[in-house]
Amino acid sequence: MFTNASNFVDGVDLSFAIILGASVFFLVAITAIMIWFVIKYNRKKHPKPGIVKENHKLEIIWTVIPTILVLVMFYYGWMGYKPMREFPKDSIHIKAIAQMWSWNFEYENGKVSDTLVVPIDKAVTLDLISRDVLHSLYIPAFRIKEDVIPGIDNKMWFIGQELGDYNILCAEYCGDRHSYMMSKVYVVQETEYSTWLNDKSSNDHPGLQVLKKNACTSCHSLDGSKIIGPSFKGVWGITETVITEGVERQITVDKEYIRSSIYDPNADVTKGYNPGLMITTYKDLITEDEVKDIIEYLKTLK
Amino acid sequence: MSTAAIQSKSFYEEKKGLKSWIFSTDHKRIGLLYFYSLGSFFLVGVILGLLMRLELISPGETIMKAKTYNQVFTLHGVIMIFLFLIPSVPAVFGNIFLPIMIGTDDVAFPKINLLSWWLYVLGGLFALSTLVVGDGPADTGWTFYAPYSVKTGTNVSLAVFAAFILGFSSILTGLNFIVTIHRLRHPKMGWFKMPLFPWALYATAWIQVLATPIIGITLLMIIAERVFGLGLFDPSLGGDPILYQHLFWIYSHPAVYIMVLPAMGLISEMIPTFAKRPIFGYKAIAYSSMAIAFIGYFVWGHHMFTSGMSGPARVIFSILTFLVAVPSAIKTFNWVATLYKGSILIKTPLLFSMAFIFQFLIGGLTGLVIGALATDVHLHDTYFVVGHFHYVMFGGTGFAMFGAMHYWYGKIWGKMYNEKMAQISFGFIFVGFNFLYFPMLILGLMGMPRRYYDYLPEFTTLNVISTVGSWVMVLGIIMMLTNLIRSKKRGEKAPKDPWGGTTLEWQTSSPPSLHNFDTEPIVPEEGPYFHKV
Repeated sequence: MFTNASNFVDGVDLSFAIILGASVFFLVAITAIMIWFVIKYNRKKHPKPGIVKENHKLEIIWTVIPTILVLVMFYYGWMGYKPMREFPKDSIHIKAIAQMWSWNFEYENGKVSDTLVVPIDKAVTLDLISRDVLHSLYIPAFRIKEDVIPGIDNKMWFIGQELGDYNILCAEYCGDRHSYMMSKVYVVQETEYSTWLNDKSSNDHPGLQVLKKNACTSCHSLDGSKIIGPSFKGVWGITETVITEGVERQITVDKEYIRSSIYDPNADVTKGYNPGLMITTYKDLITEDEVKDIIEYLKTLK
Repeated sequence: MSTAAIQSKSFYEEKKGLKSWIFSTDHKRIGLLYFYSLGSFFLVGVILGLLMRLELISPGETIMKAKTYNQVFTLHGVIMIFLFLIPSVPAVFGNIFLPIMIGTDDVAFPKINLLSWWLYVLGGLFALSTLVVGDGPADTGWTFYAPYSVKTGTNVSLAVFAAFILGFSSILTGLNFIVTIHRLRHPKMGWFKMPLFPWALYATAWIQVLATPIIGITLLMIIAERVFGLGLFDPSLGGDPILYQHLFWIYSHPAVYIMVLPAMGLISEMIPTFAKRPIFGYKAIAYSSMAIAFIGYFVWGHHMFTSGMSGPARVIFSILTFLVAVPSAIKTFNWVATLYKGSILIKTPLLFSMAFIFQFLIGGLTGLVIGALATDVHLHDTYFVVGHFHYVMFGGTGFAMFGAMHYWYGKIWGKMYNEKMAQISFGFIFVGFNFLYFPMLILGLMGMPRRYYDYLPEFTTLNVISTVGSWVMVLGIIMMLTNLIRSKKRGEKAPKDPWGGTTLEWQTSSPPSLHNFDTEPIVPEEGPYFHKV
């Protein structure tokens, strides 16, 4: 709080100040009056109740004043929010792709990153894409949040105004690892941004890049631990018991098996795991060449 | 009443044995059946809540895995909302006291009333069966948001079907109360001679009857999608996930008022009794119940400010949300004004009522913070919302029920509770409650999303405070229940009217006889809260 990290912070925090301020005032005032009455008119000191007539004027006053107050609150809430929906004509477009349970950001030049890097003082529009269930992209420091809904083209925009890194969280419940679906937004200088954007080299194996880009590693670990699905570590070449149409059988993890696990994951499910939540096919997302990269990578993962 | 009149048997003594209870059509017995079944589910919900708080005492895994945690918070929500809060006040206190307070001998349809309880039990069994069959309880959150609820392997269909059955129970109770209030009021009791608790039940009953069918059909659509693969909500089957949210909240927002309006009615009963004053602004309170019930239908969209709804829709839902706050404010002002120049007796029910006002204020005012668009965008789906609705639902409805349990203890069970123990337990519950939920409001402002199994280290301190608060509160609840259970044996015999109450239930014996009144009750001409000083 009390930063100016994005262009919306001022308007939102002003609404907070007004609404929270009025709320605290009313809470304290009404509670104090209530306690004062209870002490002052305690039966021991005040055995006979006084006569109080119904008072229509008072009823009207305490109907009209709160009505005006809440409309003022509404107004500030609306004004703080309005710019969030007024999209700039000229901005950097980045696709924010949500998938259980990771974020990927795809830039206009094709670069894909699991963190969001943006230049300072430039308008950025995020096109929100979900590949499975509901997610919500939330940057607390920027005071923005918008749900990421499969099949619906939601978007959001902001201007990063202070250099630094800020949390990106998922705010819409999306399953087992919802609370781990995090990323960061880095607000950097323009020059740093363009260097980063045009540097497409990666230290990762090309196969690993494909796995990360498609959120495979958020369920299938690289170190042998069980997250949701079977780990990728040491999987190449082993004999595995799978369930095919309800029948158990032994298979060898080879090229053909890996290919079919990507394009038709529910056909043969490793025993002890649920078909569950994985996308039913990656046909449109992972090309045949990329499958080859994955296989080469798995071979190295002993 | 002449001294020669023979004291007739209380409704407990009329018939004995299990069958005489579970097939009883007496509204008081049905109310008690609800009380014990609701109470059991409430305690299960509390235990689940305790486990959640224990898991969250430190970041990382503490006592359970992520999937278990997700199932626990779903079950906690489903039990607390569908099995406790929605039936709560009407099913228990409404059943026991509505006919007595309007001077009649039962509800309009006693057999349908019994059927409602049976449907409630059936729904409860379905909800519990998710624990033992298949892949375990649903892990979707009580909102069952699609498409996750369509895809997950857990027992969503069963849980949803349980909620579907419970809906019928709610509709039938609402229908019963509407007809009872219209047709069975004492001939001398005009609409504005009726106490405010029946007024609140009346407003609530209309929501139960009109809104519940929508959730019924929505839940069936979820089942159809899961079982037959119909593309209704899941976009990969051609459905629309936002449609689900609309349908869900068209019921579930008015349902919030099903949960809180009757509790407000309880407060309107307790405050005039202990202030020894007629309630201030009787008509304003009665009308505001109806206003809340009416405007409450048009605000559901505020649950969806970040879902991608159209801009103008967000603005309209925000402004309507602010308007629904006004009748609640009117009620609060009138309650406090009732205390003015009263002759106030400080007993446990009044303490719970005062705590209700304080906590309902926090719940209501935080509701304004999330009703405003700019602030909601930041707070939506964070712990602020969790704190907000626990302040309204538990700090409000829960506390009103605890208060009413003491207020009507003598009337229901024929004995008086121990006042000193009750006040000490109240202290623990009040302090524990606020330590449990206030930190959640701050966590939300700091940006901690809800339904998080694990959290960033900066949120630790407040989570620890919250968990410790949960222990204090549960200790208080245990003390309160122990006191109430012990008092049933050891308490002094309750007089007809221990508090100097003015409504009709205080004119009959404690506990009442099977037909409620041995002699014709006298409806006070000066209105329901007239104290003869």
